[in-house]
Amino acid sequence: MKKARLMLALLATLAAGSACARDVTLLNVSYDPTRELYRDINTAFVAQWKSQHADNVTIEMSHGGSGKQARSVVDGLPADIVTLALAYDIDAVADHGLLSKDWQKRLPDNSSPYTSTIVFLVRKGNPKGIKDWPDLIKPGIQVITPNPKTSGGARWNFLAAWGYALKLPGGGEAKARAYVQELYKHVPVLDTGARGSTNTFAQRGVGDVLVAWESEALLAQQELGKGTFEIVVPSISILAEPPVAVVDRNVDKHGNRDVAEAYVKFLYSPEGQAIEAKNFYRPRLPEAAARYAAQFPKVNTFTITDVFGDWRQAQAKFFADGAVFDQIGPGS
Amino acid sequence: MRRRVLPGFGLSLGYALTYLGLIVLLPLAALMWKASGIGIEGLLHLLDSPRTLAALKLSFGGALLAAVINAAVGLLVAWVLVRYRFPGRRVFDALVDLPFALPTAVAGIALTALYAPNGWLGQWLEPHGIKVAYTPTGVILAMVFVGFPFVVRTLQPVLESLDRDVEEAAESLGASHAQTFFRVILPLLVPTLLTGFALALARAIGEYGSVIFIAGNIPMHSEIAPLLIVQRLEEFNYAGAAALGVVMLASSFALLLLIGLLQRWSGRWMEPSR
Repeated sequence: MKKARLMLALLATLAAGSACARDVTLLNVSYDPTRELYRDINTAFVAQWKSQHADNVTIEMSHGGSGKQARSVVDGLPADIVTLALAYDIDAVADHGLLSKDWQKRLPDNSSPYTSTIVFLVRKGNPKGIKDWPDLIKPGIQVITPNPKTSGGARWNFLAAWGYALKLPGGGEAKARAYVQELYKHVPVLDTGARGSTNTFAQRGVGDVLVAWESEALLAQQELGKGTFEIVVPSISILAEPPVAVVDRNVDKHGNRDVAEAYVKFLYSPEGQAIEAKNFYRPRLPEAAARYAAQFPKVNTFTITDVFGDWRQAQAKFFADGAVFDQIGPGS
Repeated sequence: MRRRVLPGFGLSLGYALTYLGLIVLLPLAALMWKASGIGIEGLLHLLDSPRTLAALKLSFGGALLAAVINAAVGLLVAWVLVRYRFPGRRVFDALVDLPFALPTAVAGIALTALYAPNGWLGQWLEPHGIKVAYTPTGVILAMVFVGFPFVVRTLQPVLESLDRDVEEAAESLGASHAQTFFRVILPLLVPTLLTGFALALARAIGEYGSVIFIAGNIPMHSEIAPLLIVQRLEEFNYAGAAALGVVMLASSFALLLLIGLLQRWSGRWMEPSR
């Protein structure tokens, strides 16, 4: 009897088709420090979609190191959406045919609804007087940054430092190389991820300065008390653009492309932008940016495209096996 | 015809082999297959890198040292647990298994929190110039931690079955305490001690979870070989990662084989009565 009723219900649902409410599940595969951000985004998006389409959307999250997450998707993790730390990781997913290679042109602003930058976090009162990049390589200063080989955030740190030295008056390739080589001599611990470095600096008390995502630095300040750490904004830094994309092959298989596309577009909407700003990511929309202007100091930034071409080139030149980081990194 | 406990020799052997094949050999075969993409030349190039060699040296050297420490301390702990009766012995005995039960990441974070320059122990060691966290010493410490139960747990049953008569006989024949220990008891324990040593060693060589937090991960200094494998994976270099895995596997296998031989040899040598 029970079985028959279940079958009937199933048939009814099938027959009704798209006319009535669906149950849709989306899997968003993201990187490590976005847990708080996407928890808020998901709540807002689910409510909005429910009010407009009556569907019940469930959004599942997976967090981890950006490179590892990309590899999981390549190896079969059925992600409908990827929101990773850098474009190279989504490129890698695209290289395996899961989405079209021009994915980054499908959404505005290089497919990055929010940005961040690289700043310094120092201990209360800035006892070592750290103001800008040159201070990091003064004698006796210990710098905490994760390993660019295993962390997306660390790659942004590396490129920010490189770009600073490159753009100095009289700077250039050789200067940049020398500066970055010296910088990594000041690193006592190379954690495998950005969160790990934050913990080493904040909880373990190691090092004088943490080079970090601005979002991570602001979060650390909020979580650990405003008086404990101070943020120092360098004279120049990199505009970090964490990209998002819909994974074509998976949404077509799951039949939820419409919801997935609405989800990534929601990240650009005024509501989404406000949530991103509240979670310390810099919004693209001027209105949202103006509302949260107080929390984001003015930073002079350059982009990957300005200095390095694109992520594929940057990856090959600096972080591939035997590339620049292996030549000049710690222990070289 | 001898009666067998398990039904049908063919059936049980078949099960055993299939199981071994599925659980152990298949993943290893996949590893070899992935690694074959790199070729002999790539493998030599991999081993030619001073950084790879330094990481392998730390992983194997550290694991050997940790296993030696575990063998010595483990023997003592097993002896105390078997031979003495004291209040709290059962609790103490249960504690030995904790490193098995604790997720390795938790162990690593706990050790780092203790030995970091601002940690409970670290803050007392630091002024004396002793650095543990973020150095090779920390790596060995974590390896000692994860390998500790193996030696104790392998030795305990053997110690329990050891007849006290033998010791008493030795002493009544005029042997000193040291002579009794080194010439009577130890020889009986050596094969088992070697088993425990080999297990602790194998565990430490491949350990990633707990070591990674305390290691500092500075290339050429405190970087372990499993981390290099993870880095290869981050570069989407599956063949390179697998090749490094094969190198570690082959070296571990050779080491374990050597210990096995040593064990057989010691078994023959230590029991002259046979």
